[in-house]
Amino acid sequence: MRLKIKTSLLCLTVIGLLSFLACEDLLPPAPADNEVLDGQMEGLSATQTRLFLEGDEAFSEVFTPETGLGAYFVTSSCISCHSGDGKGHPSTTLTRFGKWENGQFDPLTHLGGGQLQNRAIAGFQAETIPVEANGIAKFTPPAVTGLGLLAAVPDATLLALSDPDDADGDGISGRVNYINPPDFFSQLKWHLPDDEGRYIGRFGKKAAAIDLLHQTVNAYKQDMGITSDFDMEDPINYAVSAQQTDLVADHEIPAATVQSVVFYLRTLKAPIRRNEQEMMVQLGEQLFKDIECSKCHLPTMTTGISDIEVLSEIQFHPYTDLLLHDMGAELNDNYTEGIAEAAEWRTPPLWGLGLSPDAQGGNYFLMHDGRATSIEEAILMHGGEAAKSRTNYSELSQTEKEAVLAFLESL
Amino acid sequence: MKPIVILFLWLVFSQWVIAQNADSLNTTNKDAVYQRPFIFEGQKGNLTAAVGGYLEANTNYFSTDGVSEGFSMEMRRFNIFLYSTIKERIKFLSELEFGHGTEEIELETALLDFELHPSLIFRAGIVLVPIGYFNQNHDSPKWEFIDRPLVSTNLIPSTYSDVGFGVHGTIPVQSLSFTYEAYVLNGLQDGVVANEENRTFLASGKNEERFGQDNNGSPAFATRLGLKKRKVGEIGLSAYLGNYNTFQKEGLTIDEKRTLFIGALDYNFSIKKLQCLGELAIIKADIPTDLGQNFGDSQWGLHTDLIYPVWKGTLFRWQNMTLNAAFRFEYLDYNVGDFEETGSNISDHLFAVMPGIGLRFSPNTLLRMNYRYQWDTDLLGNPPAKTAGFQFGFASYF
Ligand code: HEC
Ligand code: HEC
Repeated sequence: MRLKIKTSLLCLTVIGLLSFLACEDLLPPAPADNEVLDGQMEGLSATQTRLFLEGDEAFSEVFTPETGLGAYFVTSSCISCHSGDGKGHPSTTLTRFGKWENGQFDPLTHLGGGQLQNRAIAGFQAETIPVEANGIAKFTPPAVTGLGLLAAVPDATLLALSDPDDADGDGISGRVNYINPPDFFSQLKWHLPDDEGRYIGRFGKKAAAIDLLHQTVNAYKQDMGITSDFDMEDPINYAVSAQQTDLVADHEIPAATVQSVVFYLRTLKAPIRRNEQEMMVQLGEQLFKDIECSKCHLPTMTTGISDIEVLSEIQFHPYTDLLLHDMGAELNDNYTEGIAEAAEWRTPPLWGLGLSPDAQGGNYFLMHDGRATSIEEAILMHGGEAAKSRTNYSELSQTEKEAVLAFLESL
Repeated sequence: MKPIVILFLWLVFSQWVIAQNADSLNTTNKDAVYQRPFIFEGQKGNLTAAVGGYLEANTNYFSTDGVSEGFSMEMRRFNIFLYSTIKERIKFLSELEFGHGTEEIELETALLDFELHPSLIFRAGIVLVPIGYFNQNHDSPKWEFIDRPLVSTNLIPSTYSDVGFGVHGTIPVQSLSFTYEAYVLNGLQDGVVANEENRTFLASGKNEERFGQDNNGSPAFATRLGLKKRKVGEIGLSAYLGNYNTFQKEGLTIDEKRTLFIGALDYNFSIKKLQCLGELAIIKADIPTDLGQNFGDSQWGLHTDLIYPVWKGTLFRWQNMTLNAAFRFEYLDYNVGDFEETGSNISDHLFAVMPGIGLRFSPNTLLRMNYRYQWDTDLLGNPPAKTAGFQFGFASYF
């Protein structure tokens, strides 16, 4: 009997001790920084980290009818479209529409355009595309990483990169989109508006958002039906009634919440590369330049002076020029924003490309509407100004192609 | 046949049955609410009223993909039972729960039982709805695990109590006890969809207002049939059916009627010293298509607990102590179906394993330590978030 007690006591103690000792080994390890997109930039102060976390929380907030969702919306949180801060999926792809008439594009605002809210809370009826619409495009959510750096590149850099009339005769023009600023827009020193008071857009697939605040306020309103101090109007389904909106008092979120999300977006780290020392990857990097992909997917940019130190005068590698390019008839959805042509799309950053499947359910859904299901398919869809570059790619040997793909996956 | 005739036949039949076998009445899942220490005394007729309850507290140390909130302590529940034998066969039972201090205060039970016969008892008040095993058998000191089974809280919305009335009873047939329960309830309400969970989530439909008024004027039904064989175990089948949305207001139709069905199979049996218990639930719901695919119209999940006494004896002069080794696994699919856009599977599922030990000072008091590892896969099927951690705690009836 005595012996038994002793043995059991011993057992208990051993189990207890073992579990404490083994604690750390029994907990799931953190994935390497270069395996995930989320995470803050290095070098933020404690105060900045706190604001980052506040923004992170707001970015993940799920809205309900009680907290202001809708009445018309696409989905109920930022995170459901930008899962893990990465790209979205066909199921979170949104639809925009408008109407061409006499060469002018009308976003059909009076009919609920330009964005379709294909969901509605109980008691409301979701929007459908009005019959008048003859230009319809789908937009797959892009990753939202490293945007603070892109937001801090001065307008002058973009203007210097642009070549609207293809003066250098390389077949690649590239131009900026000009956008009418919203009421809440506040100009920075380096902003360079055109004669008509329009500002250079740089976010979104048509570069129709001037800055991250513009993009975020629109996302709250158009994607979730959430009003804020910056925009107090809920989306409306004009096909049902111009009066009917949700019953939650506006604003549904305060300016501070929107600003914390903007801060979060500004300080999300840029994707970190993997395998960049591998031979194939390095060969691919060289080929990427040789076949002139890098003319649009510009490897290196530099920020101007910023109020956030870690964003100030930094060299970084986004693989975009933030300019609009004519991508040919196949990618022309007959839809547009700002002064962009329907066939023009803003060069998407390629950083983080290799991690896309981890946010897209294990597959690739590339190009503006996710129509390409592999990197190679995406390359082969390049037309217009990029046609030459695509041909260059097609003419590479199999190994060289593999090298280019290996390089792209390492981004 | 007239209801009164049925009632009469019923009584005659059950008299006969009860004469055959009058014991084993107190050991079924249906009667779990009365199988509590102290309250039990009251039933024996020694007292006319009794007070009891339980309390549980624990520590948590969890980490998700390398990120931990650190160590914390939690006072999960402090529950008080009040019981009274009002008259020989009229019983009153209530349970008041204080969750996390006074953060959540809930009246989980407040009912009257009028016993015409053990096979026919009328029940009315706030009742624990008979779906599966756990909902009526949720007292923490009964379990070797600190966390409740997720199928029981995230699919079946335990602890789910509702206002309603109905009947229950036990019909013993030799070594078998057949139990039934059937209630009419106000039912789960609108929050089943368009909630903060961003998925079909029945627990969000437990609107406080259900104790005051039905949101749609159409009652829900719940029933459980159980079969218990003494010294072997019990198996139960249960179902819940109701409309959850506010489809009418002031007599006017404002939405389509949306139904919700829960089906559950529960089991609790022993093979030699090994006890095995768990439940499986399926949920089918009418979901407004305008809400999108986050809200699944079909869900299912299960958990199974295996408990084995590895040691019984005396320790520090505490007699009859038991050390149980326990293991739980659970799986939940919150959204059964495929994406319209791609035809690929909608994931939104989780899998967890949970080894643990429970040191029972008596059947009513235990110390327990659990380790948990959980894989959560999001809607799109991206690499799962991995969560693991340790918990240590106690639970006791008083
Ligand atoms: C319904 C899905 C959806 C939701 C919800 C959503 N987004 Fe987006 N997001 C998109 C799509 C699609 C785009 C591309 C839009 C465009 O091209 O104009 C985008 C673009 C962006 C961009 C620009 C990225 C770039 O590289 O240009 C940012 C920043 C952004 N979203 C932030 C947010 C924030 C913040 C929220 C929540 C307030 C949010 N999104 C909610 C789908 C969504
Ligand atoms: C003329 C400018 C231009 C050139 C040259 C160019 N691209 Fe692109 N690229 C774009 C634009 C614009 C898009 C977005 C098109 C869309 O969204 O429909 C794009 C999209 C992509 C994508 C998909 C990114 C995503 O997130 O969906 C990949 C991958 C890509 N390009 C790789 C390449 C490679 C490799 C080359 C060289 C063979 C190349 N590009 C050359 C402008 C260019």
